[in-house]
Amino acid sequence: MAMPTFQDPILQIRNLKFFYGDSEVLKDISLEVPRRMVTAFIGPSGCGKSTLLRCLNRMNDLVDTARLTGSILLDGQEINQPEVDIIRLRRRVGMVFQQSNPFPKTIYENVIYGLRIAGVKDRALLDETVERSLKGAALWDEVKDRLHQSALGLSGGQMQRLCIARAIAVNPEIILMDEPCSALDPIATARIEDLILELKERYTVVIVTHNMQQAARISDYTAFLYLGELIEYNVTKVIFTTPEKKQTEDYITGRFG
Amino acid sequence: MADSNPPRHAGRQEMMVWAAGSALTVILLCTLTLVMVVMANGLGHFWPSPVEQLELTGGERVMGEVTDRNMSPDGGERIQVKTANRDLYGLDFRWISQAQVTRQTRPERVVLLERKTHGNFIGTFHGFEENGNRQHTQEPMAVERLNEEISKARQGLAALDPLREDMMVLTRETERLTRRAAKLRYQGAERNQAELIRLAQEEALTRTRFDQLNHQFAEGMTRLEQRHAILADAMGREVLLPLTQVVRVVTPNDLSWFGRVGVYASRWWELLSANPRESNTEGGLFPAMFGTVMMVFLMSLVSLPLGVVAAVYLSEYARQGMLVRLVRVAVYNLAGVPSIVYGVFGLGFFVYGVGGVMDQVFFPERLPTPTFGTGGILWASLTLALLTVPVVIVSTEEGFASIPKGVREGSISLGATRFQTLTRVLLPAATPGIITGFVLAMARAAGEVAPLMITGVVKMAPSLPLDGTFPFVHLDRKFMHLGFHIFDVGFQSPNVEAAKPMVFVTTLLLLGMVLLLSLTAIVLRNRMRRRYGSSTF
Repeated sequence: MAMPTFQDPILQIRNLKFFYGDSEVLKDISLEVPRRMVTAFIGPSGCGKSTLLRCLNRMNDLVDTARLTGSILLDGQEINQPEVDIIRLRRRVGMVFQQSNPFPKTIYENVIYGLRIAGVKDRALLDETVERSLKGAALWDEVKDRLHQSALGLSGGQMQRLCIARAIAVNPEIILMDEPCSALDPIATARIEDLILELKERYTVVIVTHNMQQAARISDYTAFLYLGELIEYNVTKVIFTTPEKKQTEDYITGRFG
Repeated sequence: MADSNPPRHAGRQEMMVWAAGSALTVILLCTLTLVMVVMANGLGHFWPSPVEQLELTGGERVMGEVTDRNMSPDGGERIQVKTANRDLYGLDFRWISQAQVTRQTRPERVVLLERKTHGNFIGTFHGFEENGNRQHTQEPMAVERLNEEISKARQGLAALDPLREDMMVLTRETERLTRRAAKLRYQGAERNQAELIRLAQEEALTRTRFDQLNHQFAEGMTRLEQRHAILADAMGREVLLPLTQVVRVVTPNDLSWFGRVGVYASRWWELLSANPRESNTEGGLFPAMFGTVMMVFLMSLVSLPLGVVAAVYLSEYARQGMLVRLVRVAVYNLAGVPSIVYGVFGLGFFVYGVGGVMDQVFFPERLPTPTFGTGGILWASLTLALLTVPVVIVSTEEGFASIPKGVREGSISLGATRFQTLTRVLLPAATPGIITGFVLAMARAAGEVAPLMITGVVKMAPSLPLDGTFPFVHLDRKFMHLGFHIFDVGFQSPNVEAAKPMVFVTTLLLLGMVLLLSLTAIVLRNRMRRRYGSSTF
């Protein structure tokens, strides 16, 4: 299989195998993620795409029975070593979840949460971060007059953009998105998609999605996973027009999945 | 086929709705009746009722408040009259057959005196007496002069207060010296000979000073008590009452509506602010209220942090498995253990165990007199804390369970540690749940009596567990409690009829207090909820 390779990939995954207890969820996956581009993981439910995404900022550490082999390099450095500062890693690799999960706090406090826990107290810096992040997440105009009201009063789409603002407030290099639009209506989805296209100017975005049109619209590279295996990884246009593998073609044309 | 007979199906459902609704109605009615009975009896007790004068066949006259009216067991209507004047008649209440009554009037210028001893006096006021000098009239006098003289007597008593304070200080000083001497003797009488002699001298001096003050005080009291009011009962029998004995003068038949409200308010104020009299059937409930609140406060101080921390471990840190499930079931079941079992545990573990050891280690010189080795507010509070901890754990866990899992992941993904996630996101979000548990715990603790009876509650505590003497908070002291007060006044009092209204008043007060404590917490919770905009509870 021809894999795209890059001069200066931000992430390199090599022979990654991942287990939940005895079951092998990811089977020998290797791929490279390009810098400042949008990479999409697609595949049917249970194919391991979310697990793969969660390996990239070690969210799977929270699961007691999780175990992995192989290596993941972030800027050439292994992230699965014990001496890696996991807090620093998660600061560099932010995440947006399928269900928007704002904290039961004010909008303002939600955005600066990452700075607060890092001990930042400088009021001016906090204010500036809130404005920059909310503008970056295309939410500023809608909430600038109610920054100190509860975040739980926002609409679903606004909450998801708030979560994006929260993620970019700590200046990550990569933003991982785990089906960020699956709980949203088409209009809110369109706004988030526009936002993702803006975000790739400055960040690397890795997105898991169920929606193949979405992957086609916003991503530069697409990986198709099936039953824990990486079937095909290529430029999005190629995947959607001239896939190499029969399985890929069947999936994107809707014959299964 | 299921749809072939829809009306019957619908009818059955309708019936279920009716049954469910009726069950709720029955419960609501019961609760409402209970509250109404307590309110009606408790609120009505202090309202000044008129004094009736009954003329009976045979020429006897009786004066008193009519308190009840029913059919006598041997036929005919009878009325219950609170005649008061226990010192004259031996009893406060009397049943009179309606057939015996020839005339019933509400005479003017009747006075009802609330006294410090022997309960109330009902009769007429005729003048003053001092050392055999009498100024009196045959006809009942108005009470203005009486009120003046009573406030003079009260000022006289107040003038003696500093003396009493000094005596209290000296008593405490003597106590301290005795304790110090006991400690020195315990450490070795030989070694501390000189110091012991000095202490003995100092103690003798203090005692002499105390005797002097006591003498002065007794003289002052005698002087004040020489002035009497001349009173007469319905039959004209004369009674001399020292003015210092009078708590309040009421003229029940001459009062305007506002006058009645005034008396009512002043009686309530006495209830809320004064010490009890007459083996708790009269006077105030302040020490019992204070004891209840302080006990609940101390209890919360222990049970809230303990319960929250335990719940945090159970739901956030412990690996969820068989063991944690077992522990959780055990904790839930603890909430159902009868409270007297906790009381016995508290007595055995806290009072005799911990308290006994503390006495041997810290106060060996006072033994065999126990200091902490006997019931006290500390042990009672700790026992109740054990009793209420499961409630706090359960509702805190529910609070945590209601937080979406994604919120924890969101926090972790931003680089927060588990502890930061806990303190900055989870605990604030669970606070409404924690407060709910706290309200339940407080209400339970305030109403609990059985375990308190064996861990430190007494009928009459000479001093509050919080006062102006060092070390200000006396956790070893016994205390009074409203719940126990209800039991004591209602069922241990020799004067049942007189105590009955007090039971309702105390119940009302306890209900009110629990309500007030809960309301405060609920208001707090709602404010918090509004701030976070969550509606999980």
